[in-house]
Amino acid sequence: MTTELPVLKAGDFASKQDVRWCPGCGDYSILAQMKKMLPSLGVPREKIVFISGIGCSSRFPYYMNTYGIHSIHGRAPALATGLKCVRPDLMVWVITGDGDGLSIGGNHLIHAIRRNLNINIVLFNNRIYGLTKGQYSPTSPLGKTTKSTPMGAIDNPLHPLSIAIGCEGTFVARSIDTHIKHLEKTLKRAAEHQGTAFVEVYQNCNVFNDKAWEYASDRDTKLENTIELEHGKPLIFGAKRDKGIRLNGLEPEVVELGKGITEDDLLFHDEKSTEPSLAYLLSRMRHEDGFPEPIGVFRAIDAPLYDVELNRQVAHAREKKGEGDLNKLFNSGETWTVS
Amino acid sequence: MSVSAEENPTSVKQTIVLEGATVRLCGDSGDGMQLAGGQLTGTSAQLGNDVATFPDFPAEIRAPRGTLAGVSGFQVHFSSQDIFTPGDSLNALVAMNPAALKTNLADLDPGGALIVNKDAFDKKGLGLAKYDTNPLEDDSLADYQLFEVPMTQLTRTAVEGLGLSVKEADRCRNFFAMGLVYWIYGRKLDTTLRFIEDKFGSRPSVAEANRRTLTAGWNYGETTDAFVSNYKVEPAKLDPGKYKNMVGNTALAWGLMAAAKKSGKELFYGTYPITPASDILHELSKHKNFGVRTFQAEDEIAAMCSTIGAAFAGSMAITGTSGPGIALKGEAMGLAMILELPMIIINVQRGGPSTGLPTKTEQSDLMQVMYGRNGESPIPIISASGPSDCFDVAQEAWRLATRFMTPVILMTDGYIANGSEPWLIPNADELPEIPIEHPGPNDSGEQFLPYTRNERLARPWALPGTAGLMHRVGGLEKEDITGDVCYDPDNHEHMTHTRAKKVALIADDIPPQAVNGPEKGDLLVLSWGGTYGSCTTAVRACQEQGLSVGHAHLRYLNPFPANLGTILDNYKTILMPELNLGQLQSLIRDRYLKDVVGLNKIQGKPFAVAEIVTKIKQLLG
Repeated sequence: MTTELPVLKAGDFASKQDVRWCPGCGDYSILAQMKKMLPSLGVPREKIVFISGIGCSSRFPYYMNTYGIHSIHGRAPALATGLKCVRPDLMVWVITGDGDGLSIGGNHLIHAIRRNLNINIVLFNNRIYGLTKGQYSPTSPLGKTTKSTPMGAIDNPLHPLSIAIGCEGTFVARSIDTHIKHLEKTLKRAAEHQGTAFVEVYQNCNVFNDKAWEYASDRDTKLENTIELEHGKPLIFGAKRDKGIRLNGLEPEVVELGKGITEDDLLFHDEKSTEPSLAYLLSRMRHEDGFPEPIGVFRAIDAPLYDVELNRQVAHAREKKGEGDLNKLFNSGETWTVS
Repeated sequence: MSVSAEENPTSVKQTIVLEGATVRLCGDSGDGMQLAGGQLTGTSAQLGNDVATFPDFPAEIRAPRGTLAGVSGFQVHFSSQDIFTPGDSLNALVAMNPAALKTNLADLDPGGALIVNKDAFDKKGLGLAKYDTNPLEDDSLADYQLFEVPMTQLTRTAVEGLGLSVKEADRCRNFFAMGLVYWIYGRKLDTTLRFIEDKFGSRPSVAEANRRTLTAGWNYGETTDAFVSNYKVEPAKLDPGKYKNMVGNTALAWGLMAAAKKSGKELFYGTYPITPASDILHELSKHKNFGVRTFQAEDEIAAMCSTIGAAFAGSMAITGTSGPGIALKGEAMGLAMILELPMIIINVQRGGPSTGLPTKTEQSDLMQVMYGRNGESPIPIISASGPSDCFDVAQEAWRLATRFMTPVILMTDGYIANGSEPWLIPNADELPEIPIEHPGPNDSGEQFLPYTRNERLARPWALPGTAGLMHRVGGLEKEDITGDVCYDPDNHEHMTHTRAKKVALIADDIPPQAVNGPEKGDLLVLSWGGTYGSCTTAVRACQEQGLSVGHAHLRYLNPFPANLGTILDNYKTILMPELNLGQLQSLIRDRYLKDVVGLNKIQGKPFAVAEIVTKIKQLLG
C-alpha cells in the first residue's frame, strides 16, 4: 500500500508572515522561484528545513512554511551541519549572503563545502551590506564607493564560486535573480544533487547597490555578458550566438565563430570532471576582464557525503559491537569488589 | 631468575602499616610519568585502597628535554580511609631528573622518601635544571630519606639482549620507577603486567623490556640494603559493591551516554579540541555503537552552532570546551537560550584569562557563564564536585535541559577532569529515566504555536519531520505564544521576564541544599566545584577538633537551591574558598545581601586542606 502524497503548490510553501524586503528587491524573485520549484521535488514540507544567518537574505526562512531557523551572523552552515548529522532524512537549505557567508561566516562556509554534507547553500550576492545600510561587502569591486569606503574600497573582492571550487565543492552553480526560469532550474539541480550544492545568485539590491549586475541581467546586454553553461556543449554566447570561449594554453579567450573557427575549436563544458581546474577557470571569467560570466552548473560530481559516512560509522559500530550496553561498559576494564 | 611479587608476596624485610600515603612521580614530559601515575592508581585501587589523583603536566607537549619547563608529574594519594583529596604534601617523591627534583621538592614532607635517578644528575642535567652544585652531594637534601638509584643503568642492564636501542631502553625507566614504588608500598605487579600485555602485546620485545624493568625495579627494593623496610596500606572501608577507578572526563562522557539511553535519545557531541576538555571527545568517539555521533567542528563557534542544529533536530545535543571556547561560543549560547532548546554546554575550566594556564585548574569562569552574553540571557548552571560526580551531574543536566527546554551549562575543571577516584559502579537499569515528550502530528490545519508553555514555562519540543508542526525560530525577539518576530515593547519585557522566571523555577525542581555538620553554628564553608575534596576534609578535621563548622557544597549555581538563604542565616560566619578572586562570593552577596568571607587562590593548583583549616581557625579566633 502506498500513501498518496498531497500535491503541493507554490502557495503551500508560503508562511503567514508578511514579507518585509524593500519593494523591488531581488530577494522576492528568489523566494518566488524557490516556492515554485519545491513542489516539483515531491518532498513534504515538514521534511524541509531552511537555515539562515543574518542579513536581508537571511529573513528568508520566516517566509517559508517549512521548519526553519533564523540563526546568527555567518553561522547557518554550522547549524545545518549539526542538524544534518543527526537527521540525514531532512532536506536542508542554507540561505546566506555575501557578507554573511563570505565575511563573518567564511570559515563555516568553506568547511561545510569541503565536508560535502547533503545540504544546499544559496548565497544571495548583492555586493553590498544591505541590512546595515550600505557598507561595502567582500564581493564589492575594488574602488567601490560606499558609506564605509568614501574614497573607494581598497580590498580585493572574493569570488564565491572560486572559493567553492577551491574547497572542491561537488556542486557549484550560478544564476541571476531576474533570470527566473534559469534560477528555478538551477535551484532544482541543486536540490537534486547528492552533496553540498552551492549556488551563487546575482541579486540586485535596488536601494544600496542598484544595477550592480545590470550588465548580466539587462535584457539588452545579458546575452553578450553572460554565457549559459550546458554539460557537453561548447561555450557559445552572444545575441547571435556568434562568439565562443576557446582555451589558449591555460587561459580562456573570447573568439568569434566563423573565419576558420568552428564550434569544435571551442571549450566544451564538462561539469562531471573530477578535476576542478576547468570549473575554476570558468569561475575566474569576469566581466571587467572582457569575458562573459558563466551561469549554470559549473561542477556536479559524485563524492562521499559526510552525513552518510558519519551515520555509516555508527551503523557499522552497532553491527560490529552490538547495540551499546551501559552495564557492560561500566563493568569493563579493571574493577574490584568491596564486600 | 627474579622472584615476582606474585610468587613471593612476603618480603624478607620489615613491613610497616600506614594509614595512607601520598606519592608523586615526576620527570621529563617524555618520561612517561602520567602513565606511571595511572598505573600506580589502578594498582592501588585494585588493592582496595581509596585513591585520589592529581596529574600535573606542562602545556608544552615536549618542552626541551631536561628543562624546568618540561617537568610532568602525577600525584597519587592512596589510603585505608575515606579520602577526598590527592593530599596536601608528599610522603614520597620520585624524581627522574634534576629539573623534576628542583620543581617538586618543596612539596615533600621533611623526612619523606626521596627517590632520584642518580644517572640523570650529570653535568648536563644539572645545568638544564640550573643547579650550581649537585644537590645529591651538597647536603641540601639532608632533611629527607634520600635514595640514589642508578635507574638508567639498571634499566639498560635489565633489557640487555632484547635488541633495543639505548633510546628505546631508556624509555622503559618509568617502569623501573614504578616497580620500585610498588615494592616500597607493597603493591602487586599483576595489574601493570596485564596492562603491558594489552598495550604492548603486539610488540613482544617492548612488552618484555617493560616487564623486565618493572620486575627489576621491584627486585631492587627487595634486595638492596638501601631499603630497610617497606609499607602496607590496608584496603579502605568503602561501601560494599563493585568499583572502578574513574577519571572525571570519562565519568562525564559515560554520564552523558547514560542520559541519552535513559531518555531514548541519540547523542550528538559537537566540539573543538581544547585542553582540558578534549578527552570527553576522545571517550565519546569510541562509543558509536551507543548511537553517539561526534563532530569535530572547524572552530568553537561552529561547535556550539552544530549543537543548536542537532538540538532543533531532536538529538541529545552537547558541546564541550574550556573557558576560551566559552568566550567564542557566547553569541551562539544566547541564540540557544532564546530558541529555548535543550542542550548541554560543558565548561572544563582551566587557568585564565586569555590562553592562561591551559593544563592547570581554576574556577574563574563562573561570571563568564553566568553573564557572558549580550542581553538578558539566563542559562542554568550546574557543577560537578569530583571525578565520579561528573557521571551524576551529566544526567542531571540533561534532565533539567529537557524538563525546562533550556540549554544547561555544566561546569567542571581541569582538576576534576584529569583526576580520578574509585567509582561505585551503578546498575544501569536502576538509573533514573529521563522522560521526554514531543508533540505529535497536527492535521487540524491550524498554525502550530511553538511558544506556548506548560506549568514550568517550558515550550514544546516539536521536531522537524512532524507533519503540521512547521515553524520558524530565530534570534529575533518573538511574540509570546506564536513565536513570530515581534518588536512590541511590552511583549519584549514580558518575554524577558518569562525566560528569567523559567530558569528561576528550576529551584523548585531540585533537591534542597544539604549541609554537612551542625544545622546552626559558628561557621559555614560554602563551596562549589572541584574544591569539594579539600573543603570536606578541612571541615571534617575542624569538626573532629570540636569546632562548630558546617559545610554546604553547591551543585546548582543558577538558580541556587530554594533553601540556601535560610542556611546562610544559620551561621555567624560564611567562608567561601574559591580558586578565583571571589566570583561565587559576589553572586552570593548580590543575591542574599550577606557579608561572606572569601579564601581565594589563583595558582593553577587546588587548595591544600591545611590552607582551609588555617583560615577556618583564623576566622573562629
